[in-house]
Amino acid sequence: MIKISHLVKNYGSFCAVDDISFEVAKGEIVGFLGPNGAGKSTTMNMLTGYLSSTAGSIKVGGVDVLDDPLNAKRLIGYLPEQPPLYPDMTVEEYLNFAYDLKGCKLDRAKHLGEICDVVKIGDVQKRLIKNLSKGYKQRVGIAQALVGNPPVIIFDEPTIGLDPKQIIEIRNLIRTLGREHTVILSTHILGEVQAVCDRIVIINKGKIVADELTENISRAVENTRRFNVKISGPQREVLAMLRNMSGICYAEVLAARDGDAYTYMIESDVGVDIRKKLFFTLAEKKWPMIGMEALGMSIEDIFIAVVDKSGGERQPAERKKSRSIEAGRAAAEKEMADQIIEKTAREAENAPAEEESAPEGKYYEDYTPASDSFRADGGDKE
Amino acid sequence: MLAIYKKEMRSYFINPVGYVFLGVFLTIAAGLCTYTTLQSRSYDTASFFYLMILVMIIIIPLLTMRTFAEERKMRTEQMLLTAPVSITGMVLGKFFAALSLFGGALLASCVNLIPLYIMGARDRALEESSIPVGPSTPEIIGQFLGVLFIGAVFIAIGVFVSALTENQLSAAVITIGVLALMLVLNVLNSIGSEEAGTRLINNYAVRYVIDWISVVSRYDYFRAGYLDWSAMLYYCSLVFVFLFLTVRIYERRRWA
Repeated sequence: MIKISHLVKNYGSFCAVDDISFEVAKGEIVGFLGPNGAGKSTTMNMLTGYLSSTAGSIKVGGVDVLDDPLNAKRLIGYLPEQPPLYPDMTVEEYLNFAYDLKGCKLDRAKHLGEICDVVKIGDVQKRLIKNLSKGYKQRVGIAQALVGNPPVIIFDEPTIGLDPKQIIEIRNLIRTLGREHTVILSTHILGEVQAVCDRIVIINKGKIVADELTENISRAVENTRRFNVKISGPQREVLAMLRNMSGICYAEVLAARDGDAYTYMIESDVGVDIRKKLFFTLAEKKWPMIGMEALGMSIEDIFIAVVDKSGGERQPAERKKSRSIEAGRAAAEKEMADQIIEKTAREAENAPAEEESAPEGKYYEDYTPASDSFRADGGDKE
Repeated sequence: MLAIYKKEMRSYFINPVGYVFLGVFLTIAAGLCTYTTLQSRSYDTASFFYLMILVMIIIIPLLTMRTFAEERKMRTEQMLLTAPVSITGMVLGKFFAALSLFGGALLASCVNLIPLYIMGARDRALEESSIPVGPSTPEIIGQFLGVLFIGAVFIAIGVFVSALTENQLSAAVITIGVLALMLVLNVLNSIGSEEAGTRLINNYAVRYVIDWISVVSRYDYFRAGYLDWSAMLYYCSLVFVFLFLTVRIYERRRWA
């Protein structure tokens, strides 16, 4: 659906986007992550035809954005970082303007009514945009992107300024949209990416440093060998037992103390699930285990590790945070980051040098909205 | 393009800008018309229309200052530029919206000429003279068209300047400056007299060139009620050049 190959953007001598290539399939929801100034917005602006690229090509539904901008833009709904709202218009006027601007052919009242329902702005339709709260403005911006039911939807930080309930609603909406539309989402909120996206692309300093399915990353996050176990019992004996137990390669006492219970950090051998065995052993000794916590890496840790690894400057606060969690984890992060970066680099090398002549027959010609209703595919929402 | 035209027209009337423009324009037009015709007992509308050109220098920038500057400041241009509308369509939509409002105002200000016709009819009935009295309709049409074309040129310049900046105020001031400069050139050109040898610009070639490029001096034929095709072509070309430059500015910004 979207094919970006060897995209470069220079602002004078500053290289904002440096040879990016990736593809997004139809119906995929891709999260676009990166620290500030990584080139996310620049890439999105190029994708939507707002900026032009210095080199490389972008194809949306088989249409080159530079060669045939009008038809490419027809396929894209875009919510920029700052929603492009006219403060002097009412919501209704604004959406009608968006409808005219995009030259929609759908039934106007029905289509706009549905969009208003989906993003829940029906009750402010008659109000001036300048009098709306930030959350409502954001939703009007989202509504604008949905007008015309474009097959590709690009959101630049869509949930900024929304309250937690609205965030969940918007995430649900994005997931719903992902069934029929291709969605690209840029965000700083990592949990959002994990919650919504099928795939995560991490970009730093204008280069893609990681391109992984969310599934894989989540698995890596869960697949851990480290636990914090809180055991009530004599500290020295418990520690000795843990160290001698087969399947555990490392154990230590952490400072935290809770009555007569201490917290121990243990690491199991590779491929061993130590948890059940540990439970029964402790039960036998009558040392109740009152807590166990898997020390998985959070997606934040992976993100920081990947960005760090690729040459970004780690913020002192982040450094402190990952240190304070625990020393052993840094190694795992590095390992994970290494794997991801290596894999991405390999794929980048294998990327076709120039786009092989894409099948003729332009996408936009075949494109007829499968359903011009968001409600139809949003049946199980909430 | 039509969507943008409609939106612009609407925004003139949901903002005070449109009303301020119409109010100021019509008030000044009424005053000038009364002063140059009724007050001075003349049926000649030439000086009315000529003075309107001077007025336009100040108030057309009111109309054009926000066209692009505001879109840029509010970041709404991102919506226009990522919509399936060409940049040319966007520029033309905005230009024609401003032109329609101006044309409408100019047409409305022609109401002021009605008393001239009424008085002309009365005078004719009284005098029975062979010399036609009353305002000359062909002259008025010529002058009207001339002013309309000059207005179009001014609007094109204003739109162009507005695309250069994101500050409305500086867009207005710069536009006034550019328009005034065009007029000043014309004035400089005609200062002094040939016989007394007090010409400010002595070189004939320089004067000829200034005269040629001057928007105002080309108005002379319209003033007498002639449709000066070469002048019309000149005005259209100027409009084209400035709108083209506006489009180029947007193209260039994309590539920057």
